[in-house]
Amino acid sequence: MEHVELFFKSIFIDNMVFATFLGMCSYLAVSKKVSTAFGLGAAVIFVLAVTVPLNWLLDQYILREGALVWLGPEFAEYDLSFLSFIMFIATIATMVQLVEIIVEKFSPALYNSLGIFLPLIAVNCAILGGSLFMQSREIATLGLALNYGIGSGIGWFLAILAIAAIREKIRYSAVPPALRGLGITFIITGLMAIGFMSFGGMLTGGDEGEDKEQTEISNEKNKENKDIVLKEDIENKELAGMTIEIEK
Amino acid sequence: MGLLSKKDTKLITDPFADNNPITIQVLGICSALAITAELKASIVMSISVLFVLGVGNVVISLMRNIIPSKIRIIVQLIVVATLVIIVDLVLKAFAYELSKTLGAFIGLIITNCIIMGRFEAFALGNGPWRSFLDGIGNAVGYGVILIIVGFFRELLGAGTLLGIPVLGDPIEKTGLYAYGYENNGFMIMPPMALILVGLIIWVQRSRNKALIEEH
Repeated sequence: MEHVELFFKSIFIDNMVFATFLGMCSYLAVSKKVSTAFGLGAAVIFVLAVTVPLNWLLDQYILREGALVWLGPEFAEYDLSFLSFIMFIATIATMVQLVEIIVEKFSPALYNSLGIFLPLIAVNCAILGGSLFMQSREIATLGLALNYGIGSGIGWFLAILAIAAIREKIRYSAVPPALRGLGITFIITGLMAIGFMSFGGMLTGGDEGEDKEQTEISNEKNKENKDIVLKEDIENKELAGMTIEIEK
Repeated sequence: MGLLSKKDTKLITDPFADNNPITIQVLGICSALAITAELKASIVMSISVLFVLGVGNVVISLMRNIIPSKIRIIVQLIVVATLVIIVDLVLKAFAYELSKTLGAFIGLIITNCIIMGRFEAFALGNGPWRSFLDGIGNAVGYGVILIIVGFFRELLGAGTLLGIPVLGDPIEKTGLYAYGYENNGFMIMPPMALILVGLIIWVQRSRNKALIEEH
């Protein structure tokens, strides 16, 4: 139960993008197309799933106060937690490099789809943020740390996928010129964040409410998807018409 | 203007408006949004970034000829991480309460894209003095947005500035509250930061048409 709770909490309630604004830079920069957003999102899940448990081990056995006690009782008083920033970022940078090499060697197909995004990820605040929040929220076991890494990765993935889809469509709307591009993206993200705030009721709303809410949401999502598909068709036709006119 | 030539002045003033790191270059958004619920945190964050970016730019610029380009990202990360640890320890020593509220976000200065962005785009190709000016300029441009957002969020959300009530007392019903004014608690919530930055971008681009994006 603890695992399930943490998992959904890190995806929806503590969503990296909408609740803590982590990884906003790449979120804004790489969300112009769904396909690239998909690649980056997948890479983020992957790297978070690797680095959060690893940094948990580092924190537990090297950095925190009294963590070095396994070396001998005389080390019990050492507190290296001031080094955690530099240790975490070094781990992340090397892991990203390592993952890149391994993936390139063993799965060229995956490398081609993730490849260009991996170096970008070393400086994505979502990754370091994952480790730092893991530390400050005092995640208790390695399993939970892995869970937290994957969960928050999925949360980020959903967020970037959603905004990329919206940005692809918003091109066809009449946005005020000064608000085009960045401005409207900010405002839409704000509105999405307000929507995500309502997930806060998931944990407080009681056990029975949870399941219902989720099915309702998935139903709604299906509807929305259908609507989007319909609109897309109409837009495609319009576009085709336009290109024909231009050709003429 | 003996100290600053015209070109150098431009380095400082450009990021202030027309090349603002947040609204134009889209760098350093994360921290700008997360900690701006109150003005004090925004100011401390701006000063921390000013220190890290100013010093970091000089250090990277001094080392620019000896860093092998393949491992430059790791070198840059180590330099930033060291500076951020200094900031973190100083805050813990002199402003413990504040360092608690900022929490993980001080650490996140390391991956603040503004810092890596300026290292990559400027410090690696320019001398220490100009890099220093560029760092200061960009950090100030970043700070200005932070302080504007923090100012409005705290004023409209809690009716205070730097923790001092400026609109009267909501419980005693003095000042503005006597006329039925209410604090807008929503301004404290994270989404409003996004919307406020969106509005700042709107204002800025309406004033300067050259900045408008195609799509």
